[in-house]
Amino acid sequence: MSEGLDGTDRAILREMAADATMGAGEIGRRLGLSQPATWRRIRRLEEAGVILGRRIEVDRAALGFGVTVFLGIKLATKGRVSLEDFERAAAAIPEVQMVQHVLGLFDYRLRVVARDLADFERVLRRRVMTLPGVGNVEANVVLTEERRPGPFG
Amino acid sequence: MNAISLDDTDRRILRHWLAEPDLPRAELAERAGVTQATLWRRIERLRETGVVRAETLVIDWRALGYEVEVSLRFTLDKTDPRAFDEFIEAARDVPEVLAIETFLGRVDVRLNVIARDMGHWTTIYRERILVLPHIAEVDALMLISTIRDEAGLPL
Repeated sequence: MSEGLDGTDRAILREMAADATMGAGEIGRRLGLSQPATWRRIRRLEEAGVILGRRIEVDRAALGFGVTVFLGIKLATKGRVSLEDFERAAAAIPEVQMVQHVLGLFDYRLRVVARDLADFERVLRRRVMTLPGVGNVEANVVLTEERRPGPFG
Repeated sequence: MNAISLDDTDRRILRHWLAEPDLPRAELAERAGVTQATLWRRIERLRETGVVRAETLVIDWRALGYEVEVSLRFTLDKTDPRAFDEFIEAARDVPEVLAIETFLGRVDVRLNVIARDMGHWTTIYRERILVLPHIAEVDALMLISTIRDEAGLPL
């Protein structure tokens, strides 16, 4: 797909990445394209799997989730089965938004949301520390976060 | 904390919407058990009050030829009070940086960085990342796979 992408496709992605509520008509107007032409290109980007979907960004604190923590987890035991067990159990925790398998100082990265630090401690003790195969855990509390648009040439 | 009053209907809408942001509005209304008019009104209000900040696009950078994704964790030299600001300002100028987070913990700042391949990664790492100001320590976690990544909240 990367070869089949032209400057117009990239411009569409750049517009939509900032605000995915815009329809094909509005995006087309900004880029000097007709609505049907823009719509066709968006469809093609979706079908090619470049656009995976939309994401709703919320004010988590306003919804009562004042704490977001990234956990680095080292497994105590390894092997194919234990990885799958760990992944399944970690992804099933309601407070866990993200599970990533990584290579480096840790084996997994988890993003955990909680109402406050006491709530986080509860999740950590009852849910995370009891995961199958869990070893060392490092916690870093998020202060600020910012998403960048990415390299749209 | 913000004093925005949300009722059960708002929470129900948010729970379904956050879990499946691509649902057509008619479907979302049905799942949340409200009419489309109510859904539209509630979503407008959630936007106006800032509970919903934005709707953004999830892009598969691998489909665009970026095969490498690395989580870089930095500790900064905090003897300089401008360390955080200057580091973040400079990191924003690197196009391959997808996310910037600051922390309370052993790690000060984390950058999510993508590259086309290992050769490209080496170039970015040496020429754009290691030259960022006030770095005391850096370690890297290379992404193997994402098992789950959602914005859902246990509302």
